[in-house]
Amino acid sequence: MQKHTFTISLFVGIFALTVLAQLGVINQYLQSVIMLMGVNIILSTSLNLVNGYMGEFSCGHGGFMCVGAYVTSVVTVLCFSKNHILGAPLLPPSMALFAFPIALFAGAAAAAVAGLVVAIPSFKTRGDYLAIITLAANYIVISAIDNLEIIGGPRGFMGMNAAVNGMEGIVDIPWMLLWVLFGTLFSVWLLRRFVSSTLGKGVPAIAQDEIAAEIMSVDTNRMKLIAFMLSSGIAGLAGGLFAHILGYVNPHSFDIMKSTEVMVMVYLGGMGSLSGATLSAVLFTVLLEVLRPLEIWKWVVIPLLLILLMQFRPEGIMGNKELSDLFPKLKKYYSFK
Amino acid sequence: MPLLEVKGLTRRFGGLIAVNDFNIDLGEREMVALIGPNGAGKTTVFNLVSGFYQPSEGAITINGRDTKGMRPHQVTSLGVARTFQGIRLWGEMTVLDNIRVSQHYRAGYSLLDCFLRTKKYMVREKEIERIAWELLEAMDLKEYALELPRNLSYGMQRRVEIARAMSLKPSLLLLDEPAAGLNSADVEGLIKLVRWIHDTFPVTIWMIEHQMKVVMSLCTRIKVVDFGATIADGTPEQIQNNPLVIKAYLGDDTI
Repeated sequence: MQKHTFTISLFVGIFALTVLAQLGVINQYLQSVIMLMGVNIILSTSLNLVNGYMGEFSCGHGGFMCVGAYVTSVVTVLCFSKNHILGAPLLPPSMALFAFPIALFAGAAAAAVAGLVVAIPSFKTRGDYLAIITLAANYIVISAIDNLEIIGGPRGFMGMNAAVNGMEGIVDIPWMLLWVLFGTLFSVWLLRRFVSSTLGKGVPAIAQDEIAAEIMSVDTNRMKLIAFMLSSGIAGLAGGLFAHILGYVNPHSFDIMKSTEVMVMVYLGGMGSLSGATLSAVLFTVLLEVLRPLEIWKWVVIPLLLILLMQFRPEGIMGNKELSDLFPKLKKYYSFK
Repeated sequence: MPLLEVKGLTRRFGGLIAVNDFNIDLGEREMVALIGPNGAGKTTVFNLVSGFYQPSEGAITINGRDTKGMRPHQVTSLGVARTFQGIRLWGEMTVLDNIRVSQHYRAGYSLLDCFLRTKKYMVREKEIERIAWELLEAMDLKEYALELPRNLSYGMQRRVEIARAMSLKPSLLLLDEPAAGLNSADVEGLIKLVRWIHDTFPVTIWMIEHQMKVVMSLCTRIKVVDFGATIADGTPEQIQNNPLVIKAYLGDDTI
């Protein structure tokens, strides 16, 4: 019973949120905050795999998100929207519900492949030098899309609403909210299963002593490949969801600013802690919304808060620990496997 | 067929010849020491055998397999485990996890198995866990299983490192200065531990050690190197009386 309570309560939570949104108790604005929260959770937990667990410094997470966003969007637009370059829709809107997860998967897969740009150099390079490569990867993606006129170039790309409308045409519920919540659950679950396995524990072994890891039978190249591809692939999923929440993407929403934002969430939450990354993504999203009245000044207040945090708690909110390590009693109530 | 066969092993770093024409055959369940003054190239030999460096010349054969071009984790999976001169445990992982991760090659399941928790995954993980606990129990480390290595004493960390190496179930165990930095009580404990390992597991032990007490009480064969070249090879008694060895350690009496 206890084994499943947490999982059950998560599903009940998702169900409740959807019902409340459907009934209008949660208004459009709150819904969009919740969805953004989900996307941020996916981003920060996935970056945590590289920056926290593997101890590398990837500052190009936005680039992989961008690949996922564009690939997913192109697939759904191709299928459901009339586009003056890509042509008439290939599928009837009633297929949207089946095609959307496939499109999301395609976006994640493409982002994972893009992750190779960083994963392969990581075999020989590490630390600051690898950080520069991740930065370059981010720029490459943004510049490439900027120069691809077929998908709008710097003007951005739209038409994704058709897929969302298609889904709502079948059953009229807030589909995107549901997809984001499930996407978040799925991502954290994947990462959780990976990092708690013996296979996945090879990743922190690389961070703590790469030479010892290699000598102790950890195939470090394979582990780096898995870590980078899994991390960028999940970022791609976040990108695909993000694009369909907004219904519009622009390459510059995924530039170094976005990557920095994700990094802030990772360091805020604590390296190598999935619950920390989740918690900080929630906090960060809420903070951004709460401080909205400050307008441009919020970008003074938030970095200031970050400086204070680093001064007084440099290990982040959770500091390398999971929630269940800090409060062992919680284990009785939740096991997320 | 010897377990480890090293022929004409040479390693150059630029103009420096760290190891020059090194040869050794190790049979099953032998206990051999490699000694020599600082900078003689002992650790380089270990690094070459464990695949961390590629030899400039010569060949290393383990269980009949030539290790040329293999990466360290591949050499390890042939049954070679080692410890390091300075302790290299994973400091942020519990002792138990240290001993689980070192069995990485035994995992052998794919990423998909890991996500779906397939039967294969469950069986392998159970096996890894079982071996880890058995080893902790056997090596008197059970009570420290959930501690971080850095909270343990130096002697205890050494023990954990040896346990980690043994979790690979190696047929050849390389110990690089296992007694370095240990106090005399810990050294006694170490001698007992190594002897116990040698009696209990079917393993050949090859160690680099400066403390003659450890070498003389454990090893049946000693090889002495200096400036990358082998200068003596024999039983402890032969080595103790070898003029070349005395010269390498104490210098010449002519000025």
